[in-house]
Amino acid sequence: MMAATPHRRRPPYLAEILTAAALIAAPFVLPYFGSAPNTVNRILVWGLFGIGFDILFGYTGLLSFGQSALYGTGGFVAAYLLTRAGFPHVTTALLIGMVAAAVVGWLVGLVALRRTGIYFAMITVAIAEVFYFVEFNPLAQWTGGENGLPGVPTPVLNLGFKTFHFTSGWALYPFLAFWYFVGIVVALRIVRSPVGAVLRAIRENPLRATAVGHDIHAYKLAAFVIAAAYAGLAGGLLGVLQAFMPPDAFTFDTSGQLVIQTVIGGRGTLFGPLVGAGVWLFLQDFLQATLGLGAAWKLVLGLVFVLLVCFLRDGIVGAIRDFARWLDRDRRAAAEGTALPAATEPATPPPALRARHGNASVAGPILQATALTKHYGGVVANAGIDFTVERGEIRGIIGPNGAGKSTFFKMLTCEVSPTSGRIVFQGRDITGLGVTEVCQLGLTKSYQVNQLFNKLTVGENVTIAALAALRGRFRLDLLRSTATVPGLEEQVAHTLALVHLASRREVPVSQLAYGEKRRLEIGLALASSPDLLLLDEPLAGMSPSERAETVKLLKSVAAGRTLIVIDHDMDAIFELAQRISVLQEGRVLVEGTPDEIRANAKVQEAYLGGVGEAHA
Amino acid sequence: MINWSNFVSQLINGLALGALLALISSGLTIIYGTLGVLNLAHGAMFMLGGYAGFVAYQATGSFLVAVAAGSVALLVLGIVMERVIIRHFYGRPHEDQILVTFGLSIVMVEAVRFFFGSESRLVPAPQIMSGVTSLGVMIYPTYRLALVGIVAVALLALYFVLYRTRLGMIVRAGIEDPVMVDSLGINVYRVFMVVFGIGAMAAGFAGIVNAPVVSLTPEVGEAILVQTFVVVVIGGVGSFPGAVLGGLIAGEIISITSMINPGYAYVMLFAAMTLVLMLRPHGLLGTPGRE
Repeated sequence: MMAATPHRRRPPYLAEILTAAALIAAPFVLPYFGSAPNTVNRILVWGLFGIGFDILFGYTGLLSFGQSALYGTGGFVAAYLLTRAGFPHVTTALLIGMVAAAVVGWLVGLVALRRTGIYFAMITVAIAEVFYFVEFNPLAQWTGGENGLPGVPTPVLNLGFKTFHFTSGWALYPFLAFWYFVGIVVALRIVRSPVGAVLRAIRENPLRATAVGHDIHAYKLAAFVIAAAYAGLAGGLLGVLQAFMPPDAFTFDTSGQLVIQTVIGGRGTLFGPLVGAGVWLFLQDFLQATLGLGAAWKLVLGLVFVLLVCFLRDGIVGAIRDFARWLDRDRRAAAEGTALPAATEPATPPPALRARHGNASVAGPILQATALTKHYGGVVANAGIDFTVERGEIRGIIGPNGAGKSTFFKMLTCEVSPTSGRIVFQGRDITGLGVTEVCQLGLTKSYQVNQLFNKLTVGENVTIAALAALRGRFRLDLLRSTATVPGLEEQVAHTLALVHLASRREVPVSQLAYGEKRRLEIGLALASSPDLLLLDEPLAGMSPSERAETVKLLKSVAAGRTLIVIDHDMDAIFELAQRISVLQEGRVLVEGTPDEIRANAKVQEAYLGGVGEAHA
Repeated sequence: MINWSNFVSQLINGLALGALLALISSGLTIIYGTLGVLNLAHGAMFMLGGYAGFVAYQATGSFLVAVAAGSVALLVLGIVMERVIIRHFYGRPHEDQILVTFGLSIVMVEAVRFFFGSESRLVPAPQIMSGVTSLGVMIYPTYRLALVGIVAVALLALYFVLYRTRLGMIVRAGIEDPVMVDSLGINVYRVFMVVFGIGAMAAGFAGIVNAPVVSLTPEVGEAILVQTFVVVVIGGVGSFPGAVLGGLIAGEIISITSMINPGYAYVMLFAAMTLVLMLRPHGLLGTPGRE
């Protein structure tokens, strides 16, 4: 879905065409099933509201229970303009409401996104509650308080030769269907854009999304504002639909209903909220009227929801998608089968990836750390480390467990800031910068424990890292197709070939073997085209043959860049590195060529525990 | 409008509400701290505690029995809920845990509505605590004064369990590092079950002792849940002292703002939360890095 893929031809704009066809057919088909036009219109408004929420929750992984605040804001701004302020044009008022909601969303996002995970959920709940009380009390003069704003007019479209009055029922339907269609077309572009790829990366692994050079806070805020804009427009349409802006748009129940509908329909599918709204309103009608359950229908709905969360995580649309994939499995297997012989990758290594900056003009070492010290409370992890690496060098770092190797790496990549000391990279002081900035400058790391985007494919993983290199830390190219980012396809293809994963491009990470995951881990770091690549135990957990292969891989990677490798595999380090630094108890014990290190008595003592004494 | 006796009575109201919020939030925060699960059904559990007590009160006419019933019923419900549903969510993302507890809260609220209807129910205060007490400058409902004491005793009991027993030590260790506790040979999952039960019991107890003050409706837990979230954000997730401090702060903010203009109570509460998030994102007594 992300980059152009060789096998899996799908007609372009299939989803858009099918949506348009369904929306056009609905008024002719649905009446035969006894659907009231008003119910259909309601489903469209909830569906539109849900598209934005799905981008926020389903794609970015931010579960907000406060969308009612933005739905109400957009709705009340539009309704106020159209009723009290005497603003004449409905569509313009709706768009102003949408912008107002987006601006409010930006402000709310600034507060709510200070924390993630459960904090985010709690804060959004609290903020939405504030909006509810503000609507009722301090702003009652403008919002009508508990009475809401009655008399919202319906839109009129004058084409000169003919005038359309979108009044109510099926006559209003085309107006709502139009906006739903626009909403879905824009959303489909967003999720297929580089921004969409980054949003999924944030959902899957925010730590790694940051480490490959994306400013995830800015992207999260963007997702929040997008969701707010959708909510605002939907809120305005609610007022038009009911000819009345109800104050209960601001209630917690509104946010809750949106969450439930999205989860029932299927998160991360864009169409899920529409389906979920259909299920909700159908169940309400069916259970309440037909079965005569009265108010108990919501109890049934609650039970259905709990069961869905337990057993059908991706909702109805997700289940349909999985079923379609299952039906399609033979064809897919065949497609993969034809690609499989390529498991023995091309013998000639592909041209090395151009290192990003290639700033050979800057004289002196590529990396210089001075008196680097890190204390954790009373524990001294690193004490006054001086460390210099020349451009193009392969440096090995060895040392017993607890020597402070990983802490040292974390300081170099700016994951943790040193207690004291200074780090200079390419002639620039990077002490105190963030991981994202440092990665953008050309310094990144492959992790000791795999940090991958697990639900995405191998190709998508590498794409995400490459996008950061090609687009910088933040860019809002919402409507551009990922496949058209200049240089992306070469970068991804080269990286995959380098780490021997070209034939596995379409495979989800969760289906990879351990050795393949380790190679992808290195591939993610490589795809951000670093000048200086740090590898934290790249060989950990590998079989001897995998180790030999990876050492070969690292040698080919080293062309045109500088490498620092931590590992416990001495043979590999001695084979790879031109110079080796030995760390012990947070200090550099000794530094030298492999031969010097091998012959050094202090190193032998550190590793073998007083060999010298035994000989004496 | 703002006179001395009014101010004092709002201060005591704030203290009562604050103590109550502290107790409910403690349950929420130790469940989150130990199990890593944000229990969105916590407000509904508060409500259920009230109704369980109401049923017992109808049957026996004893307030004491009602309090015991509200607490024990929720202890049992918490344990059953953990055994049957929550434990299958430890390995799933936070979002799924939030969703499932949210769904359970709907089921609880709607089930109560189904059996008891939407009209409000009242559990009267016990005879000896009914009526009013003169505090010199003013008179004040006796039960509300007693409530401060009752909740304070419950908080002390919780403190005792958390800080003076072996179980509490394990729970606090589990909040810091559950993997380590597990590898020390302690059955973490059994501890999880007990913690969920205790957390639910705290909510249930709060629900029934609050019933003489605020009459019971199926929605009574919703507002409490929101306030509890603010308390936990202010105090810091996973911190029992933080929940107590945050509860008292939130209670006083709501009460004192309500005296001036009730419409701004939530605005002020939210302003306080935002201030804390800006200056101390991990909460007043929370630990940085704990999400």
